[in-house]
Amino acid sequence: MPTLPAVPAQPAPPAPPAQAPRGPAEPQPRRTAFAEGLDQLRAAATTEPGRLRIIGALLALLVVAFGAVTAWQMTDRAAAADDVLTRSQPLSSDAADIYRSLADANTAASSGFLAGGQESAASRDRYEKDIRTAAEKLVNAAANSDPDSPSAATIAKLNRLLPEYKGLVERARTYNRQGFPVGGAYLRYANEKMQEEMLPAAEDLYKKENQRLSADYGDATPYPWAAIALGIAALAALAWAQHRNYQRTNRVLNHGLVAATATATVVLLWLVVGHSVARAGLNDSYDHGVRSLNVLHDARIASLKARGNENLTLVARGAETKKVGEETYDAYDYDFRTDIDALGKYLAAAGELADDASGESPVTAAVGNMTEWKKRHTAARDQDEKGNYQEALKRVIGSENATGECFDSVDENLRTALAHEETEFKRAAGDGRDALTGLSAGAAVLAVLGAAGAVLGIGRRLSEYR
Amino acid sequence: MNGTRVKGGATMRARRLRASLKGWGGVAAMAVVCALVAVFALYVPLSGTRTVDGQSVAQSARVKAEKAEEDCEAPEKQTLSPSSADGDTIQKIKNRQGDMRKLIVGVDQNSYRWGYRNPNSGKTAELEGFDIDLVHRIAEDILGDPRAVQFKAIPTDQRIPAIQDGRVDMVVRTMTINCERIDDVAFSAPYFKTGQQVLAPKSSPIKGYDDTLAGKRICTATGSTAYSTLKADQKAGELPATADISKTVPNQLDCLVRLQLGEVDAVVTDGALAASQAAQDPTVELKGDAFTAEYYGVAMKKSANDLVRRVNQILVDYRKDTANGWQASYGKWLSATLGKISEKSEPPAPQYLRTT
Repeated sequence: MPTLPAVPAQPAPPAPPAQAPRGPAEPQPRRTAFAEGLDQLRAAATTEPGRLRIIGALLALLVVAFGAVTAWQMTDRAAAADDVLTRSQPLSSDAADIYRSLADANTAASSGFLAGGQESAASRDRYEKDIRTAAEKLVNAAANSDPDSPSAATIAKLNRLLPEYKGLVERARTYNRQGFPVGGAYLRYANEKMQEEMLPAAEDLYKKENQRLSADYGDATPYPWAAIALGIAALAALAWAQHRNYQRTNRVLNHGLVAATATATVVLLWLVVGHSVARAGLNDSYDHGVRSLNVLHDARIASLKARGNENLTLVARGAETKKVGEETYDAYDYDFRTDIDALGKYLAAAGELADDASGESPVTAAVGNMTEWKKRHTAARDQDEKGNYQEALKRVIGSENATGECFDSVDENLRTALAHEETEFKRAAGDGRDALTGLSAGAAVLAVLGAAGAVLGIGRRLSEYR
Repeated sequence: MNGTRVKGGATMRARRLRASLKGWGGVAAMAVVCALVAVFALYVPLSGTRTVDGQSVAQSARVKAEKAEEDCEAPEKQTLSPSSADGDTIQKIKNRQGDMRKLIVGVDQNSYRWGYRNPNSGKTAELEGFDIDLVHRIAEDILGDPRAVQFKAIPTDQRIPAIQDGRVDMVVRTMTINCERIDDVAFSAPYFKTGQQVLAPKSSPIKGYDDTLAGKRICTATGSTAYSTLKADQKAGELPATADISKTVPNQLDCLVRLQLGEVDAVVTDGALAASQAAQDPTVELKGDAFTAEYYGVAMKKSANDLVRRVNQILVDYRKDTANGWQASYGKWLSATLGKISEKSEPPAPQYLRTT
């Protein structure tokens, strides 16, 4: 029992002095983790194992960063390339088709009226088919547009106007059947709506979709400089680390570092070659696809406008004139000539852009159709100038040797040319997009492997110090 | 002003009667009131609530109409006496060669039973109607072939420029002879009598050319007498200031389209054309009587004296011809819409007051 009193006493006295020295230390500013880390690093840098640890960490970091940036930049480019192929180009084509269908429907409707009497089954079918196409393409365009974008607003406008237009044409048909000229007045009103509201909106949509296509090209084709720079930096760092290793140990190969170098090299090569191939494919798809397609679409629109004005020349019967300089022209015929000149220019451009026989032959054929069209148009105008209105009418909308045939042939040949160029586009852009397949994922996996190699390689050296 | 005012709606007639009862004694006082009203109309912007109430306003319009008549009395009589002689203009037309040997005439292709293409008339749907019959008659007389005509479809506001530019030899297109126009073109003697009328849906509260038009939208053709009449009347206070007359279209028939689509509440056009519109839509009708008297004439170039005389001669013969003339054409085209009896539409015996 003698030790018993001492036991409780013992822990009590040392406790206060133990706490006392801690008391004055507390007012000192706490050191940040970063500062402590820096100190540790500084301390570590003075010893070789410490230096090795730092080098290993930096190498791993560089390689991982290289992989991450590559994956990120290439994901963006692959997405943009995919958009070019599957979204913006089809939408740009759709917008051109919407314009074409609307303009053609309007021309079909007004030709029906021009013919006098009741419309033929052929012109009615053509009109209905055009309206159907326009409606389908509008739904597609709506589904692919961002809800708040300006093209969504344009699509909504067209969706609103299309049934209005159709309603006016239906009324025109009904009155026409009853033999009342108010049917013609409805058709004029429908025509006005088409010319002044719908076609400008469709043209606007086409322009916007084309801008989006250009933007997607712009996102897909630039070189991924950040990834390339990081790749070079990582390889340089790996080379330096191995050189240092050689100088200190006289050993040539460190398996881990060699593996890291190899994977980084593969990623860099894959990146540069893959992107260059993709870029070449996309540029090819632009130069030989999109440019041709744009020119052909423009040609098709010009030929539609020319046909519309040719019809209106006869509908208006010389009511509207235009003064250019000293000469007075029929306003619609003047516009026709402007349009057909534009068609000639676009066809010439399309001929130059066509890079193979199957692309060139429909364009050449269309040029032939256009020449014949001009010839027949002149003859029809000549008849009209002489006051032979019925003869002129026959030469424009008749069933044989009329300008309508030429217009249809131009349209058909342009359709063939468009289909061909679209295939070309899809092939080139598809090749481009496919060149990027797996690059992002591959770069990420390889970078992780490379980083692991670097760490293992350094770890092997480090183990010699234990 | 355009034509002489005859009778208006019941309210207007009453107003005018009261005004005339004031007699000479009130003339001086009336003149003062008129001056005040004119100042009021010119300097106070037309507020939406101003009504056409008060005789002073109606009186002011009448004074204005009388003043216009002083400047140009009976425009339908300002034409040259008939003659069958060929002059320079006719010779030039006759000298046209081959296929070009045709009379070039500005017409309408949208006026039901006046000048239009009937889609059910046959395969070619050529132009037909009352105006077209007259054109064929003129061509037959001048060129010996009723079919020697080149038709040009002319919008309402292009009729005068087309004549002045020489794009057409003449315009036969329900064209009213009025004081403004005789400065620009020469007219034949009148070949038809009509007057401005209001057309509205049968269910509409509009009763005629009166206060029931307040706050309503009225459609007219650009460059038509209907539009200039409405504009002048609104300025004079005859038409409620709240009536919206801003809607104008290239052709009077386009007004029927706007009316059916509910974009306007009423149409004002010549009674003859309004009847054509009503014939195409059983749910609309003419409201009230014609509120002006107007005459249609054939318009030609100011300098084409020989052609004017010739057309006047043709018109004399055309009206005399009972078998194949004016009466037959009326019976064929217009009796269905304007009534079997043509008396209301026949112009008075022509007078030829113009000498040069």
